[in-house]
Amino acid sequence: MIRPPIVRATVLVAVLAACSAFGADQGPVNQGSVKVEPSVLQGPRPLAKQTETAVVRDYLEAWQSLSAALEQNRTELLSQDFVGTARDKFAQTIEEQAKLGIRTRYQERSHDIRIVFYSPDGLSIQLVDNIEYQVQLLDHEKTQTTQVIRARYVAVLTPAEVRWRVRVLQTDSQ
Amino acid sequence: MSRTFSLLIGIAISAAAVPTLAQSGNLEVPKSVVAGSAFSIETQGSGQGVLYIVGPGQVLKRDVQLGQPIAIAAGDLDTAGSYLAVLTGGSSTETGEFDVAPATKPASLSFLAKPSRLPVGLQNGISGAVYVFDAFQNLITAPTPVSFQLSIPSESVQSRTVESHLGAAWTEMNSGAKDGNARFVAQAGSISATRVIQQVPGDPCGLKMNAKKVGGEIDLETDPLRDCGGNAVTDGTIVTFTESWKGGQTTVDVPVKHGIAEAAVPAYSGARISVATGVVMGNEIRWGSQ
Repeated sequence: MIRPPIVRATVLVAVLAACSAFGADQGPVNQGSVKVEPSVLQGPRPLAKQTETAVVRDYLEAWQSLSAALEQNRTELLSQDFVGTARDKFAQTIEEQAKLGIRTRYQERSHDIRIVFYSPDGLSIQLVDNIEYQVQLLDHEKTQTTQVIRARYVAVLTPAEVRWRVRVLQTDSQ
Repeated sequence: MSRTFSLLIGIAISAAAVPTLAQSGNLEVPKSVVAGSAFSIETQGSGQGVLYIVGPGQVLKRDVQLGQPIAIAAGDLDTAGSYLAVLTGGSSTETGEFDVAPATKPASLSFLAKPSRLPVGLQNGISGAVYVFDAFQNLITAPTPVSFQLSIPSESVQSRTVESHLGAAWTEMNSGAKDGNARFVAQAGSISATRVIQQVPGDPCGLKMNAKKVGGEIDLETDPLRDCGGNAVTDGTIVTFTESWKGGQTTVDVPVKHGIAEAAVPAYSGARISVATGVVMGNEIRWGSQ
């Protein structure tokens, strides 16, 4: 017996899946609603509007890459947006998923982002994101469940040649 | 009668073979567990089932016996994050959400110190930012005291302790009055990281040259170059001597060597000779009569 909300969610996801470019590289993007709160920075370094815009843009793109990589079990999709620990951990998840024959489909429904720290040297920036996303678990292409998750994520980004890359991405359960 | 009885037995056997969860609904999972620690998930029902634990940072899949607690061993789930636990058995599914929180004991620091080289006597010239991680490379988001210490030989130690916010802590410190290598140390718990900051002399203070005639030339030599704190200016610093006379000008750029700068210029009667380095002007000499 499956709970009614899951039935509804499953139907919704089935419709969305049919409409989306499932299996494509990084098909049409749908990040749901995105709200960027005014920055409340700790640290002496002022944050230019252009920097804030670039950080938020690159962070949201990183979520798209992560969703595509976890859905398609392709670690190479992480390379553009993730670096260091975050990249290693997500790549490990993908390898484990592939080994177990499972895939996970993360679909963002809303982001509520606030930048909270810009290091004095300008070499790292931290944000928090109250995110709501739908996660669908498929085992050998059979949908096991679809759930909506709300969580507060903390991300640390560092600048690369032409973009900000995510170095840390994890939930804050405090 | 006999056929009916056999059919009933058949149905009973089939029912016993199909795994059943005692109830469909929320799986009883701990609300939060610490990364890398052992925990268990209670299950009800009977038969075989499959447990999935999924999150962006880690996934697990286990065949389980329904009705028995499922043990997740220490180290099995070590990536902090938000997880979905899914227990399937037959056509039923139970789900539960839980968090894996970072351990509270720091195990590594990411310490960025800037700059690696700076002049002495700069207020808040040195900055340090630290991110605190546990043994599984999870950012420790709980407030954690982080101490910063800047020690310069023959000077008092500057130290400051700040509490991390969402795993990040930062500070700014002054460069000292004496040149040399400063040790900049960040420490959280028993873990520390050290960076070396090279403090170099500032701009020269009181630049002064002397002149004497040697043959047909004027030999110019500065006094030992020192900054306002008395530190010898680094060899290689460029000093510019300029000689102006009626109808011409000569400029000579020379590096400081062994603390002084030397140059030779033609001896023109009535010439004016000046010395400078960077934005610092020195004295001026008028040579001979007009």
